[in-house]
Amino acid sequence: MGIVRSGGSGASSPDDFRSSQLRARDMLRGDLEGKDLEEYVEQRVLTTTLEQALNWARSNSLFPLTFGLACCAIEFMSIVASRVDVSRFGFEALRASPRQADLIVLSGRVSIKMAPIIRRIYDQMLEPKWAISMGACSSSMGVFNNYAIVPADKFMPIDVHVPGCPPRPEALMHGVLRLRDMIQDKEEPGWRDRYGARGTEEVAPPPDDPAVDALRQASQHSEATKRA
Amino acid sequence: MPDAPGLELLAQDLRETDADAVVDTSYFRDKAALEVAPGSVRTVLAALREKGFRALMSVHGVDYWPHEPRLGVHYELLDMHEVDRITVKTRVPTDAPNVPSVTPDWPTADFHEREVYDLFGVVFEGHPDLRRILMPDDYEGHPQRRDFPVGGEPVHFTYNEYETPRYWE
Repeated sequence: MGIVRSGGSGASSPDDFRSSQLRARDMLRGDLEGKDLEEYVEQRVLTTTLEQALNWARSNSLFPLTFGLACCAIEFMSIVASRVDVSRFGFEALRASPRQADLIVLSGRVSIKMAPIIRRIYDQMLEPKWAISMGACSSSMGVFNNYAIVPADKFMPIDVHVPGCPPRPEALMHGVLRLRDMIQDKEEPGWRDRYGARGTEEVAPPPDDPAVDALRQASQHSEATKRA
Repeated sequence: MPDAPGLELLAQDLRETDADAVVDTSYFRDKAALEVAPGSVRTVLAALREKGFRALMSVHGVDYWPHEPRLGVHYELLDMHEVDRITVKTRVPTDAPNVPSVTPDWPTADFHEREVYDLFGVVFEGHPDLRRILMPDDYEGHPQRRDFPVGGEPVHFTYNEYETPRYWE
């Protein structure tokens, strides 16, 4: 049994290989015209908008800031380790300077004394930039809902909230992937419609969504009946 | 620890120099504690240092609400040769929360007293740099006092996002 070497364009026999070589030479000479040229270009060139290409590049090479606040930071550290290897998604290049980072992960509780500092770090990051609020404390203050803690939504825009106390590394990775989808402007996976979960978005929903309005009216109605 | 009779002997010695210094003694779960008048904290700690309690391990604030006088300051002393510990406690009311600072004698008390001042509002007289240490400088109130509201912010969820002010509002 001899070694069968296949040609570049999927040709299996030496004759096919030879013919595709001749076609390539014709193309270089500019001899390909009309339908043949159309077909050739269609097979080999991918068209997209610049915006989409940029977003694709940005979303697949997020540079997170090396920044930890509390126990969530331990989970954050472990997503770059080998078990949940987040470098699969181009997330592993942590930068120690806000000037070089485009993603800040608020991993832990934010005290009112720390909030201006975080806001300053966020302002120092260059556009485009994103923020993930990781864990219960920085999203809703969790068990530390007291005089010292402030939720992240109060002082900076947050793109993705990752719930948990602390979230597992997989959960944070899911948050990173949702952020990636957001950056690529992809449609939702559709599970909210499947499970009737419209109106439960933590990321700000469209204000004129009828399902959200219905939910809000329902909650106001229940509060009114509670008071009465 | 000094045992219960040892604690009484210590208190007796201290009362010989200043009759009003030691208000009370307590011996609870193998832990000896002297309760002293706020004015004689420095002399008592100096006397205990002469007796071998050379290290001030920590200074704590306590709020005894609803008992009066409400505020308390605890000093934890350690005798590193005998491995012996003793607590010195003092109580002050909230309307005159003045305790002499022991920072000139025990430099370790510097940050501890600042923390007690920050969170309980006890004013340490003679402290070289008495200002807040944990809360922001412009913070109002002393949050670890029992009558301080627990506070916390209304949490921003989908159902109340239009009623709850957000960071730009």
